[in-house]
Amino acid sequence: MKALPHVDVVIVGAGWTGLLTAKELGSRTSLSIVVLERGAAHSPTEYANGMDELEHSIHFRMMQDLSLETVTIRHSTNDRAYPVRQHGSFLPGTGVGGAGEHWSAVFPRFLPDAFELYSRTVEKYGAARLPEDHALRDWGVTYDALEPYYMRAENLLGISGKAGNIRGEKIAGGNIFEGWRSAEYPTPPTKVPYFSELFRQAVNSLGHHPYPVPAATTSTLYTNPDGITRPGCTYCGFCETFGCMIGAKSQPTNTLLPIINKRKNVSIRTGATVLRIVHDSSLNRGKSRGVTYVDSNGQEFFQPAELIFLASWTLNNTRLLLLSKIGEAYDPITGRGTVGRNLTHQVMLTAATAFFEKPLNRFMGSGATGIMFNDFDGDVFDHTNLPFLRGGAFRGVSARSLPIGECDVLPKSVKAMWGSEWKKAVLHYYDRTGRITFIGDHLAYKSNYLDLDPTYKDHWGDPLLRLTIDWRDNERKMAEFATQKAVEIAHAMGAKEINPGVPLTHYDASRYQSSHVQGGAIMGTSPDQSVVNPYLQHWQTPNLFILGASSFPQNAAANPTPTILAQALRTADAIVDRYLKNPTALV
Amino acid sequence: MHCNVRRREFLTISAASLGGLLSYSLDGKICRFAAEHKPIRIPLRFFSKTEALIVSAAVSRIFPSDDSGPGAREAGVAIYIDRQLAGPYGRDRYRYTQPPFENAPPEFGYQGQATPREIYRDGLKSLTGFHLLPPERQDTALHQIASTHFFALLRRHTIEGMFADPIHGGNAGMIGWQLIGFPGPRMNNSDDIDKHYGEGFRPKPAGLAEVTGSTIRPSEDE
Repeated sequence: MKALPHVDVVIVGAGWTGLLTAKELGSRTSLSIVVLERGAAHSPTEYANGMDELEHSIHFRMMQDLSLETVTIRHSTNDRAYPVRQHGSFLPGTGVGGAGEHWSAVFPRFLPDAFELYSRTVEKYGAARLPEDHALRDWGVTYDALEPYYMRAENLLGISGKAGNIRGEKIAGGNIFEGWRSAEYPTPPTKVPYFSELFRQAVNSLGHHPYPVPAATTSTLYTNPDGITRPGCTYCGFCETFGCMIGAKSQPTNTLLPIINKRKNVSIRTGATVLRIVHDSSLNRGKSRGVTYVDSNGQEFFQPAELIFLASWTLNNTRLLLLSKIGEAYDPITGRGTVGRNLTHQVMLTAATAFFEKPLNRFMGSGATGIMFNDFDGDVFDHTNLPFLRGGAFRGVSARSLPIGECDVLPKSVKAMWGSEWKKAVLHYYDRTGRITFIGDHLAYKSNYLDLDPTYKDHWGDPLLRLTIDWRDNERKMAEFATQKAVEIAHAMGAKEINPGVPLTHYDASRYQSSHVQGGAIMGTSPDQSVVNPYLQHWQTPNLFILGASSFPQNAAANPTPTILAQALRTADAIVDRYLKNPTALV
Repeated sequence: MHCNVRRREFLTISAASLGGLLSYSLDGKICRFAAEHKPIRIPLRFFSKTEALIVSAAVSRIFPSDDSGPGAREAGVAIYIDRQLAGPYGRDRYRYTQPPFENAPPEFGYQGQATPREIYRDGLKSLTGFHLLPPERQDTALHQIASTHFFALLRRHTIEGMFADPIHGGNAGMIGWQLIGFPGPRMNNSDDIDKHYGEGFRPKPAGLAEVTGSTIRPSEDE
């Protein structure tokens, strides 16, 4: 192994959090910073030349190469785990920009009470209402503390939307259930396609409160506070699973990289797969010394550094901690240990598929162009007489409408699977089909967790990460409730035929749900319950920071990126303002 | 690793089935077939000629040419599948293929060891002589294998070959896109997205190579 010259900062992963940290520290300090990225760089023409559904949405050209590394999944500790051999329920990114290149760019904040989920729920409904196996936690940070950072993230990315609550004043046409905002969104809402307009009218007629989906696919030409200018979205429809051909969708490569590239103190090394965090640790005190990585030629390096950021895709953060033996691995039987606990995904489902008489022109749109409402989100509605806690948002977005993936979505009345009858249905329904999606809370449970797989290995011979995850009745009942509501909406939209959502039974590792996977290195206020403190600093190893959704104690029924970015900005501020002056525990 | 056997075999099909076939109409209906039928020979990368004829016949029963318009044979779906199987997809370049391989419930996805190439080679044995059968007997033969993984792949690849960008060898003349009213990679819908409510808006389809003016090298060409 070759030892490289010492640097001040090493960042593992060049996705949203890694590059945001590189930009913040790189432009506000003179620290020498190296970003290690396992994937490749993206070239400017790649995205325009890549508007190809087969390569991107079917063969997942931008995602992690599973032949090198994947995860295994099982439903309970009594089951055997199977490797994810081809992409399924979530899509980890790779390459510079990470999953932030091919995301759908929906940009909602979490509800304020999501950050105090345990105490607010107990306060209102009593501890007896919590599910038996639950592992609910407060985050250790409040919405009020994060609000300025949400705003900074929204201004950085140029989010398009309509505020519903500015400093407590409720504004019609926005999300009146959202937490207070210090200001309006930086750009106006995106345009509304036909399907979303039908959705808005139906939702209105049912007495709910529709508003435009907050979108990082910017609606107009926008220059952010760093002086980065991006054009408005052209609604080309090649959005989620694609990089944006014109840079209207905010991505790390078009929003952060131009600033980083001007900084001589920051360098990005691609093809660098990090194997271990090197550390001197006892149980209570430790210090990271750097990381080891292998380059694309198979050569191993040791990169020493003073300050280390784990900013890889959420699950990989936990895997690196486990492989490096930093902290105590979580044991679901004894409840001891913290690394790997509180794995959550999200109740993301097509709650109703609506089939219309008239064509929808659904080829036009973006991942975040549409209408949503939150009347059944979080604790916005009373749960006293409901068989579940929390809820989620409903959306009518004309995303994911490309023909290979969508042409086979047909009404239940079509029985044929092939042949003339089926073909005619495919031709008729392709542009007459709309999805009402529901995105709901997934509570944390003691027996949903991460550890290392005893059987399967990656390309370099290290054990794969194993996910033990299944739904409980809270999620199943919530999905059932969401399906009833969505069917109601589809009727109000004038759908000729409706397929209700498929009931949640067991976690389906083969069906794409969302890439919103959380937990494993959770934040909290106590070292025996969490891996990082509220500044995402490792409790026992203060020169190690762990960024991203791995810190979320549980899922909170909305897309995680805004909260991920807000937290990373808060951490960057704490490091520049406090840690660099006194490199010790921030809490 | 390339497909190690380079056969000098060809699939001979009618030129009319490779573009220039359809003229475009606003309501998405097919209004004119080209009159000329000139045979052309397309080199095969993976299939033998007989295998290609069987696949071509099978996919045209899955997505037939009928009174609703042309189908998988005219779109060149067999050519699409041939290229995919010859390329990285066919040899599972991007799949996790480390053992042990175990039987798993369907919610864990395909857990088998066989690559798409192996699944086709093996599956096609069950369709020997298929291309020589009359359509009704072809349908019977397909019903008999409808629950197999091979048939699921064949069906999925038929959809891909109908609707993938023409650079991949199927969707010839953008037949598939014309049939369903998809315009392909259209750079700018800004002026149209909030209009045409309730009416089909059907811009003339264009493929990626035409839209970008670039030579796009699909991954199956390696």
